[in-house]
Amino acid sequence: MKETQTLKNKAQKDDASVRITGSEAIVKCLLEENVKTVYGYPGGAIMPLYDEFYKYQDKIHHVLTRHEQGATHAAQGYARISGDVGVAIATSGPGATNLITGIADAQIDSTPLVCITGQVPSHLLGSDAFQETDIVGISTPVTKWNHQITKASEIPEVLAKAFYIAKSGRPGPVLIDITKDAQFEEFDFNYEKCKGIRSYKPVPKTDENSLVEAAKLINEAKKPLIVWGQGVILGKAEKEFKAVIEKAGIPSAWTILGVSAIPTSHPLNVGMVGMHGNYAPNVLTNECDVLIAIGMRFDDRVTGNLATYAKQAKIIHFEIDPAEVDKNVKTDVAVLGDAKDSLEKLLPLLKENTHIEWYQKFKDLYKIEFEKVIKKDLYPTKEGLTMGEVLKEINTQTKGQAAIVSDVGQHQMVACRYAEFNQTKSNITSGGLGTMGFGLPAAIGAKMAAPEREVISICGDGGYQMTIQELGTIFQQKVAVKVVVLNNDFLGMVRQWQQLFFDKRYASTEMVNPDFVAIAKGYYLNAKRVTKREELAGAVAEMVASKEPYFLEVCVEKEDNVFPMIPSGATVSDIRLA
Amino acid sequence: MDKEIKHFTVSIYTENNIGLLNRISAIFQRRHINVESLNTSISEIEGVSRFTLVVDITEDQMKKIIGQLERQVEVIKAYYHTDEETIYQISAMFKIKSDLLFEERQIQNIIKESNARIVTVNKEFFVLEKSGRKQEIDLLYRELSAFGIMQFMRSGRIAVTKNQMEISKMLEAFQH
Repeated sequence: MKETQTLKNKAQKDDASVRITGSEAIVKCLLEENVKTVYGYPGGAIMPLYDEFYKYQDKIHHVLTRHEQGATHAAQGYARISGDVGVAIATSGPGATNLITGIADAQIDSTPLVCITGQVPSHLLGSDAFQETDIVGISTPVTKWNHQITKASEIPEVLAKAFYIAKSGRPGPVLIDITKDAQFEEFDFNYEKCKGIRSYKPVPKTDENSLVEAAKLINEAKKPLIVWGQGVILGKAEKEFKAVIEKAGIPSAWTILGVSAIPTSHPLNVGMVGMHGNYAPNVLTNECDVLIAIGMRFDDRVTGNLATYAKQAKIIHFEIDPAEVDKNVKTDVAVLGDAKDSLEKLLPLLKENTHIEWYQKFKDLYKIEFEKVIKKDLYPTKEGLTMGEVLKEINTQTKGQAAIVSDVGQHQMVACRYAEFNQTKSNITSGGLGTMGFGLPAAIGAKMAAPEREVISICGDGGYQMTIQELGTIFQQKVAVKVVVLNNDFLGMVRQWQQLFFDKRYASTEMVNPDFVAIAKGYYLNAKRVTKREELAGAVAEMVASKEPYFLEVCVEKEDNVFPMIPSGATVSDIRLA
Repeated sequence: MDKEIKHFTVSIYTENNIGLLNRISAIFQRRHINVESLNTSISEIEGVSRFTLVVDITEDQMKKIIGQLERQVEVIKAYYHTDEETIYQISAMFKIKSDLLFEERQIQNIIKESNARIVTVNKEFFVLEKSGRKQEIDLLYRELSAFGIMQFMRSGRIAVTKNQMEISKMLEAFQH
């Protein structure tokens, strides 16, 4: 009886496994992980995999980008709007090294990516073979995990681990390098999803005492301030977060990766912290009595000078990554764990509260910022167009429902400051790495992951030209993404610093630009240029109404600056309004 | 107090995987920290490797680095200790011309007093092995270099801690 059972089990096991090549196994693994779209670029060492993509094209959509960097950014955009793992594929050597910028970006912004690179056949490893590069060595410092596969039989287990690691805990990029012979080799395929790794604890256990201590500090606080980051979005904790701030009545400010977790118009949303953030939350960071950081990592662009950052306040830090606790700012209470779980447990411990006088301070300071900065940005009286009024127009015409994918620089800060958000996962931007060239390809991935949403890429004339070739991807794939270039013929943010800190020596920041509309039209895209205020509303309306990809260039004032501004290394409360 | 540079022994329990050495060293390199000594070996647990590093940094830096080490997927646990908290040794080998052993009576005394061990002797050279604290090895080095050392090599520090490091329990907890 027992023997029959064993035989039966064995037969079942044999049924589960099929003899296939390594490259087919990769595709099957991707399908097992529910991957429907991948971004990549073929080449010698990855050709066996591409042959399988050809066979499986009705099940998996391979998007040919125009550069491997575009593939990683598109995969990032895909991941950021959907919360799923983005997948990028490249060949060995230059294909693999071109992924690195996107991988580094995903690492610092905690974006789940699985990157698969082809590698020269295993017998040629280390021989300086054609297109051989040590991509595992190169990518080590910028990946959450990486691994090289030289035998087909390793593929299922390693790819299962790759997806598990990329998306669990604090997400991040994983790179798997697969030699060409492993892609050709046949083996018995059998897939099991990864459920755990003994050396890896994705979510630290929450200490109940720390929650009690945190609640005590929050309940006793007279002037509490919350600063939240992307952890709220990554942890899918938007609902719990909203419940916490509403119950405790705490003014809450965001980092640029955290925005859109709650609507812009929420009364307790007091704006953005950091270098170009809002006046009130920056100034009041140095007046609050309890600072509650949730899923954020005290980046230097947020804190300014650490020696003078919120020294008067007790600091509570809700964080999933233990390495972030006390890294930059010393905490009084650290609540380790997943944001959703921690905030859910915190809620019943909190007293209902309103901090009317304290909240009024935010409103008063907002009025000052409005008079000195915002009015000029959004309701300009001068002739030249401002970046702010373009964002205002987009808000109006999309009713604040668009996902905004920005590049890096002045336009990014303006977009983050003024874009209106009503849905989570709507602000996709390169925060930690500040990768120019991110905006266009990331918007492609975002639109493909969420075709029902209006996805608008906001770029500057500098960053746009770093990945402008992805217009080809937009055209070939018919991705109905809207691309807005705010053109000031300068690398505006660097120019602003040169003006303020380098006596206006504009070293290599002036851009002599091509005809952007002609280039877009060269890719057969609908395109328009706006140079006057009276043309703006009509052009944005046409763009928003379009069911197809649309390119809009807005020529804005050349030498506008982004304010408020905390000069690099200054104290948050010394934020400048002009 | 945290700003004072101290001598730390770092013990890292890891999976035994290719590339992990690179990942660990990158954590130090990125922060411009020199690794004074490095040893890797198997540990008391089957299938688990142990790295032992020595660094001179502040305790504040040390704590942050432990966090960064433990973030790595294949690192099971990392600890840091001061010299007082560990029992540690290094090992060294000296290759010396055999003639000297007979011609220089002093060498024989040095060997005896230092508790060094003769590993091998042949016509041309003999090899001395000495384990102990770095100061003891430095002293032996100084004494022997007066006569000429053909080759010298010192190992990385190996250390066991006075207190328990609860790795086995952690791994058991995973199984359940």
